Amino acid sequence: MGRTFGLTLLAGSMVIGCAFGAPADEPNEDRAALAAFFKDRFPDAPLDDYVYGALIANPGGREQYELIMEFPPFIGDIDVGKRIWDTPFRNGKRFADCFPSGGRGALAGYPYFDDKLGKVVTFENAINACLRANGETEYPYGERQPMGVLTAYARSLSDGSRMQVKVETPAALAHYEAGRELFFRRIGQLNASCAGCHVYNAGNIMRMEIISPVLGHATHWPIFRAGEELMTLQGRFKRCMEQMRAQPFGYNSDEWNDLEYYVSYLSNGLPLKAAVFRK
Amino acid sequence: MLLFLAHPLYAAEDARIARGRDLAHDVYKGNCLACHRIPGDSKAITLATIGPPLIQMRERFPDRAALRSQIWDSTVRNAQTIMPPFGRHKVLTEEEIDLIVDYVYQY
Repeated sequence: MGRTFGLTLLAGSMVIGCAFGAPADEPNEDRAALAAFFKDRFPDAPLDDYVYGALIANPGGREQYELIMEFPPFIGDIDVGKRIWDTPFRNGKRFADCFPSGGRGALAGYPYFDDKLGKVVTFENAINACLRANGETEYPYGERQPMGVLTAYARSLSDGSRMQVKVETPAALAHYEAGRELFFRRIGQLNASCAGCHVYNAGNIMRMEIISPVLGHATHWPIFRAGEELMTLQGRFKRCMEQMRAQPFGYNSDEWNDLEYYVSYLSNGLPLKAAVFRK
Repeated sequence: MLLFLAHPLYAAEDARIARGRDLAHDVYKGNCLACHRIPGDSKAITLATIGPPLIQMRERFPDRAALRSQIWDSTVRNAQTIMPPFGRHKVLTEEEIDLIVDYVYQY
């Protein structure tokens, strides 16, 4: 463990991949290895607490978070999202008709890999597929409204559901691995990687802020930073890449969808919670 | 004694250290405080825990050039480091690195 964790992880996965040539349990082994790594670092934290991000290392911050979440300042945005979700399309159908159980608990399986499309399908993709299927215009990715507030509401319908992202075919595994490769890749002028902060330095303080662990990262988007600034998971990818002084790939790019697939898989078993306040 | 301190040579050195401090504290330049505490500098406001605190620099780097190369490209000594290779990736100019070395080496 320790500093060689990522390399060990990658090397181990390659061996497994070569030996069996099939998904086997490679992603699950990655997830378990990370959970063990973080257990070492945060010995007292229950696994479910990883959904609180950096607050796992900041009990005072957690208290403040709970207080703010009693009357979230962004509740108005969630209401706007609900109105969009409930407004019938021109054909009379609604978003709820596109998802099992009207969307309740539906988020736990996103993103998933669609073998026919040969692509990772994010929840945002599914929203646009729903619009397309009903003869409506798709929403642009990466915008606060309608896509941001709509998904903030839709994800709240899956509060408490446990993440269960699946990697079941060799093609799916290839996209999972592409996401993992990007996660560990050094990039940009600052030569940083996602893993550099969110694995090896999780719990450490960068200037004044605690760095969050990747475990739990995918469970609670969008967040409302400072209670007001809606930020999606891919919006966070963008901000991170800018901070690394790298050229961001772009919303709904294959790179970010694969990365979202990988980090979401790592949160398997953890409860979803949307939307949440973050500093 | 006072005359000695007021010598132009020392004034020039102070100016270099002041410029080095500005570069070290600047988030768009050295941004040292993102990762390092500098307990000897009361203006270095940070709670950072990522890198080691910048203390005992002469003991840690008896060879000043080794400190400079650590800033220029710390991946040479530690391939896993999160520290940006300030010289290799041209985050800082060669002169800016010299100034930061002057500033850091006094602690």
